[in-house]
Amino acid sequence: MGDPGSVGIVKTQHLTFAEPPQEMLLECGRSLGPITLAYETYGELSAAKDNAVLILHALSGNAHAAGYNQPGERQPGWWDIMIGPGKAFDTRQYFVICSNVIGGCKGSTGPSSVNPQTGRPYGLSFPIVTIRDMVNTQRELIDHLGINQLLCVVGGSMGGMQVLQWVVSYPDRVRLAIPIATTSKLSAQAIAFDEVGRQAIQSDPHWKEGDYYGKPIPRRGLAIARMIGHITYLSERSMHQKFGRKLQDKTEYGYNFLADFQVESYLQYKGDNFVNRFDANSYLYISKAMDYFDLAQPYGTLEQAFSGVKAKFLVISFSSDWLFPSYQSKEIVSALRRVGAQAIYTEIQTDYGHDAFLLESEQLSSLITNFLSHGRRGAA
Amino acid sequence: MGGLAEEIRLDDAGTVVRLTPDHRTIIDLIPEGTRVMDLGCGEGDLLLALKVMKKVRAEGIELSDACIQSCVAKGLFNVHHGDLDEGLADYPDKSIDYVILTNTIQVLHRPMFLIREMARVSKRCIVSFPNFAHWPVRWQHFFGGRMPKTEKLPYEWYETLNIHLTTIIDFRDFCRQAELTVLQEIPLRTSASGRCIVVRFLPNLLADSAIFVLEEGDPPPAKSGTPR
Repeated sequence: MGDPGSVGIVKTQHLTFAEPPQEMLLECGRSLGPITLAYETYGELSAAKDNAVLILHALSGNAHAAGYNQPGERQPGWWDIMIGPGKAFDTRQYFVICSNVIGGCKGSTGPSSVNPQTGRPYGLSFPIVTIRDMVNTQRELIDHLGINQLLCVVGGSMGGMQVLQWVVSYPDRVRLAIPIATTSKLSAQAIAFDEVGRQAIQSDPHWKEGDYYGKPIPRRGLAIARMIGHITYLSERSMHQKFGRKLQDKTEYGYNFLADFQVESYLQYKGDNFVNRFDANSYLYISKAMDYFDLAQPYGTLEQAFSGVKAKFLVISFSSDWLFPSYQSKEIVSALRRVGAQAIYTEIQTDYGHDAFLLESEQLSSLITNFLSHGRRGAA
Repeated sequence: MGGLAEEIRLDDAGTVVRLTPDHRTIIDLIPEGTRVMDLGCGEGDLLLALKVMKKVRAEGIELSDACIQSCVAKGLFNVHHGDLDEGLADYPDKSIDYVILTNTIQVLHRPMFLIREMARVSKRCIVSFPNFAHWPVRWQHFFGGRMPKTEKLPYEWYETLNIHLTTIIDFRDFCRQAELTVLQEIPLRTSASGRCIVVRFLPNLLADSAIFVLEEGDPPPAKSGTPR
């Protein structure tokens, strides 16, 4: 905790807006309000308010990106390797904001929140939210913080989708964009995996059409959904290197259906662990938001979607990511090139698959450090 | 490739780039304020020099991600990971003023395909390559009976990436076949001090490399082999 590279103890903050009758109109046509958004900030906003970096998280992430919420906490925030004094998002230079998403269960309004009209959790009465809705709520947060233009918007996976939506929806408010391991639309394969996860949750007898709050929760279903998801975040090679066919706490096969292989017990551990920190309905809502995301769709083509962008881009993909494969990043870069936007594209060689963006990487850190410092000075 | 890179200080801020002699000649060919793309831009030294000295809008395509990382560190914000053998499909016709290909055409799988792509997207192309008819190359082959190894062609035959080596005369034919007009042909010899000297006498024998400035369009009905 005395780590000089850590932001130390941070407190998650909350912003509530869209109080009725000024509810927010969502993309699905329904309105939602009041809306609470959880967020954390690290570092100081400059007097000119020109050093703000907005960090956007992936499916199961939260606002707690760096440091510790309490003394003695075992794990720091989910992107602590990148955020802090002297790190890629250097909190001595930048004012770093991490915003949670609506639909989630980590302090922002979502299906597990209490609907003030009924006094009971929303459950499935919560409206469907989209990536665009998430970004629109984040814009409220940025307004609230008094920031006119963000220096940078950055995120991996679903966070990257939000980055793309930010630059398209609010082109004047973003100077630099770093979409990592992301896509402008999910492939059929990725939607298929999401659907299997949702089916696992919905077929758990405890799910009860989403009305399980205060009762036994759909543990099995959510754990299985997470196990499936986790497989898609790793590469075949990294799984092989990590587990091979090694057995867990035994030297011979058990000839039964208990976990023999390390990879089985690992996935079960990941699944069980996830249930303790995530809400099954939020998993349904957020994974659906990812499936619906299609940046080009309202505009016709990706080029048209990007036609007004003003940000400079650093687009990063990972060679072994088969869930958000490199070709999807290349499509984004192609479209940016065609509209004359400035974009750096690089594919980082790694065996770690989609999850590589969460891991320590000298290459990722130095790319981001240089991009931010040159970008802030206005490199072209 | 190219060897003999020299460190050049670009500005008072101490920005330093490493430029080969053919880079220095190419910089002189580029007008200020143009849009320039360097294919196989490496660590971005030529692009940065052009950006600082000629205020160009600099773009690059590079296969190596380590090189791209160096470009980003130089503040070059228009560099893409890409394979030149896949062409330039993302660039509209005549969208770039100058497309540069230095010391790279000989490693491409499809030189004709790329040169046509370059001509399509640019107003002018600049291509430099080592001259395989340079006399030391001929000497080693003819008298030594060996695969040539020179400063410009330093690799053993079994590890070279140079699969499409050419000569100045062959390159003229290649341009004609590609329906490109040769606007300028600059045969070069590198002096012992690392200076680039234009070779006027027997260029195909005495030049170790050449720079061609090309433009899309039918070559004039000139006699074969006549440079314009």
